[in-house]
Amino acid sequence: MKRTPTVGEILQAKGVSRRGFLKYCATTASILALPPTMIPRIAEAIESARRPSVIWLSFQECTGCTESLTRSATPTVEGLIFDAISLDYHHTLQAAAGDQAEAARHAAMEENNGDYLVLVDGSIPLANPGFSTIAGISNVDMLRETVAGAKAVVAIGSCAAFGGIPGADPNPTGAVAVSELVTDKPVMNVPGCPPIPIVMTAVLAHFLTFGELPALDKHGRPLAFYGTTIHDRCYRRPFYEQGRFAETFDDEGAKAGWCLYKLGCKGPITYNACATTKWNSGTSFPIEAGHPCLGCSEPDFWDKGGFYEPLSTGNFDSGAKLAGAAAVGAALGAVAATAGRRRQAKYTKEG
Amino acid sequence: MTTTETATARDYPFHGNVRPLLAEILHAVDRLLDTGEPTTIDLASLPFGPGELAYLEETLGTGELSANLDALGSSRIRETAFPGVWWLEHRNVHDEIVGRFVEITRTPEILSSQDADITAGRARLGDQLD
Repeated sequence: MKRTPTVGEILQAKGVSRRGFLKYCATTASILALPPTMIPRIAEAIESARRPSVIWLSFQECTGCTESLTRSATPTVEGLIFDAISLDYHHTLQAAAGDQAEAARHAAMEENNGDYLVLVDGSIPLANPGFSTIAGISNVDMLRETVAGAKAVVAIGSCAAFGGIPGADPNPTGAVAVSELVTDKPVMNVPGCPPIPIVMTAVLAHFLTFGELPALDKHGRPLAFYGTTIHDRCYRRPFYEQGRFAETFDDEGAKAGWCLYKLGCKGPITYNACATTKWNSGTSFPIEAGHPCLGCSEPDFWDKGGFYEPLSTGNFDSGAKLAGAAAVGAALGAVAATAGRRRQAKYTKEG
Repeated sequence: MTTTETATARDYPFHGNVRPLLAEILHAVDRLLDTGEPTTIDLASLPFGPGELAYLEETLGTGELSANLDALGSSRIRETAFPGVWWLEHRNVHDEIVGRFVEITRTPEILSSQDADITAGRARLGDQLD
C-alpha cells in the first residue's frame, strides 16, 4: 500500500509557514468547537495525521446534504481538509459512472481495509429492497458490504441518522436508520435537514486529526455540536428570560426580535449548533431570520405535530417537562406554559 | 412587563449578550495581571444578535498596535483600546472570515517568529551568501 502523506506534509508542500499552520490549528479548533486550549494538541495531531479514504453512500435521500456541504462558501480550512482526505466514492461528485464507479469503491475498500471511513446520507428501505438500488445492488446490501472493512461509519443528515422523511408516518418503504443495520462498528449521527456544512467537515476534521470519532450523545451525535440546545445559545434567549414573546409573525414583538417560543420554536428541545455556527457563511440562522426552529436534528421531527404549535401544547413529547420547569419556578417558564395552555385550548376549540 | 409593550430603540439591536462577555474579558485581564495566564475567547462559540458583534468590536475599540499577517489568507491582529486585550480576525484566501478571537495576553503567539520559519529563513539567507 502506498504511503500517504501526513497533513503536516501536505501543508508544508503548499508552502504554508509555521504561522500559517498555527492559524490553521486555531481555526480548526474553532470549527471543531474545541476550546482554544486544545490548539497545541491539535497542532501535534495534525502534523502526524494521514490522509484517510472516505466512501460516501447515498440511499433514500434528496441530495440536500451534499448540496449543503458543497454549495456552502467553502473556506480554505475546509478546502485543506478536503485536500487532506481521499474522497474515493460519491455518486453525485465523482466523474466515474457504472462499473468504473463500483470498481473505485471496491479498490478503496481493498486498499484501505480496516481504516476507511464510510459516510451515508439517506435511509435504507427494508420493506422491499427494490425500492432503492444502485448499480443493481440494494441499499441494504451495499451498506453491509461497504461497512464490513470500515473503521467507522458516519450517518449524514436526519434520514441516515433517524429515518427522516422517508421514515415518516406511514413509512411506505420501511425505511430505517443506518444505526439499525450497522451494530458492529462505531456509528456517528450528524442529523439535520440538512446538517450545517461546517459540522459535516468538522467531524471529518476530527477523524482526520485524532483518528477516531468524537464524543457522542445518547443519539450518537457529536457532543461538540449537539451538546447544547438551540435555546441555550440563542441570542434571543434574554427575551425568553424577560417574558418577551412574539405572538404573531408581524406584531411589534416579532419586529423587535423577541423570543419565538409561542410561535412554535423547538429550540428548547433541539440539540444543534445553528445558533452559533449559523448558515450561509455565518450570515444567520432560521431564528435570526424570524422563523422558529423546526427541530430538524431531533429523531422523528416530522411526526411530532405542528411546526407552529408551542412546545407547551404537548407536542415533541416535551409538554410535561416544560410544565415541570414552570412549576419549579422559572418565572418565564410559568408565563410560557400558561400561554401555551391558552394556545392549546384555542386549538382544541378551533380544531 | 407584558408582551404587548411596544419595543423601544433600546431593545434593538442589543439583546444583552455583550455585557457578560465584557465581564469575562475583565476577569481574564485580572488573571493576566495576577498570574500571567493568557486567555483565548473563541467568538464563534458565543451567541450574538444582529449588531452585537459590531457593538463588541466598537466597545473594545482600537489601541496603539496592529499587524497584518499574510498566511493562508490575511489576518488582522490588533490591540484594542484596552492594553492586553487583542482582537484577532483570520480570513481565508477568498477573504471570508474563518475565525474571530479575543486574546487576553501580552503578545499573541501568532505574532512571534516561529522556530521552524526562522530555521527555513536562515537557510535561505545562508544560500544567498554562498
